[in-house]
Amino acid sequence: MNIAIVQYNAGNICSVIFALKRLGVDAVLTSDLEILQKADKVIFPGVGEAKTTMEHLKLHRLDQLIRDLKQPVLGICVGMQLMCRYSEEGNTECLGIFDAPVIKFQREKAGDKIPHTGWNTLTRCRGDLLANLPEEAFVYFVHSYYVPTNDCTTSETTYIQKFSSSLQKNNFYAVQFHPEKSGRIGEKIIQNFLNI
Amino acid sequence: MLAKRIIPCLDVKDGKTVKGINFVRFRDAGDPVELGKQYSEQGADELAYLDITASHEGRKTFVDVVRQVAANINIPFTVGGGIQELSDVDKLLNAGADKVSINSAAIRNPQLINEIANHFGSQVCVVAIDAGLCEDEWICYLNGGRIPSGRRLFQWAEEAESRGAGEILFTSILHDGVKKGYANETLALLSEKVGIPLIASGGAGEIQHFKDVFIEGKADAALAASVFHFGEISIPELKQYLKKEGIAIRIT
Repeated sequence: MNIAIVQYNAGNICSVIFALKRLGVDAVLTSDLEILQKADKVIFPGVGEAKTTMEHLKLHRLDQLIRDLKQPVLGICVGMQLMCRYSEEGNTECLGIFDAPVIKFQREKAGDKIPHTGWNTLTRCRGDLLANLPEEAFVYFVHSYYVPTNDCTTSETTYIQKFSSSLQKNNFYAVQFHPEKSGRIGEKIIQNFLNI
Repeated sequence: MLAKRIIPCLDVKDGKTVKGINFVRFRDAGDPVELGKQYSEQGADELAYLDITASHEGRKTFVDVVRQVAANINIPFTVGGGIQELSDVDKLLNAGADKVSINSAAIRNPQLINEIANHFGSQVCVVAIDAGLCEDEWICYLNGGRIPSGRRLFQWAEEAESRGAGEILFTSILHDGVKKGYANETLALLSEKVGIPLIASGGAGEIQHFKDVFIEGKADAALAASVFHFGEISIPELKQYLKKEGIAIRIT
């Protein structure tokens, strides 16, 4: 299988490559439009700031390319946020694949820590990406912005309030957590994506 | 519900873990990757690798260790020890580390926190603080707790947060190594003052201490070294106990 990872100005992308390698898949990290278009599956990772990342995507014409992809696409963390309509981070217009906003967490009481950091559970899971997970599936999160639940939500997680821990619309899948850092459950989710 | 985290800390010298016995079925008890894998499989939520090498050669070896850990282990890990400047951070993150912890270098050059946060994001930047009591006041220490600095603990923690730290790792040098429990009173005050996650370190001796640090100390994560390395506390038993005590915990 031919897996391409969208290369852009983001941080720790090698952990996604390592995670795929542990599952026996050699992915190609690229910003080449043609290679991305021809890949069987595309992963859109993300650690970084929304505004500069969107500018970078536009500059390299990756914004339109991602919107037009027909094969299964998986956005991770900021990747998921950039697939939404708009982000409060830097007041950024995003790709608009999911018609949902990205909102900053607000502290409601002492002890609410931001970023939401650590292992939290997925509830009300649906769809093939999250198929066959155990009852109490913990995955690893680190983020300060969230996507409220909406029509595309395929799982919910609660921290300060309920939010979308994953989304799906047609061939576009996205997760707020880091499956590449989420132990066996994360491996299962990546394997599910490879199996789609 | 967000789970409290259990973080074993591994000291690495010249590419080998120091401390650490009591694990059976080990190919190499000194192999940081094997040991980390073992902890991960037992249910550790994160790992911390601390480079205690002094030599330049050893530091290069540590980057190789980080690369191997990243390739083989599927949970997050933090690396620390000897980070002085942004280029050190860049090397470690490029090797696959998820976060870096900075300690003395942050006190000597607080701007380093801003630089890390701006370049790589706050989530990468763990500010480690070693503190002890000096005339009834908590102050920060440099060089692994050996040299007192002029910084007050609470002020420094708040400053670190405002400069962009993503987490605080607090070690009480009064409690570290004593195995009588964490500095819960101070931790609770700190946890209320800062709006970023707080990792407690120093003092774990019994499983009860972990319950106390989460409830009384209001810590978000607990780090420990020797109780895990010497097999005095097993992570699966610890986590079962904490769950039974009603603490949000991830059981694998």
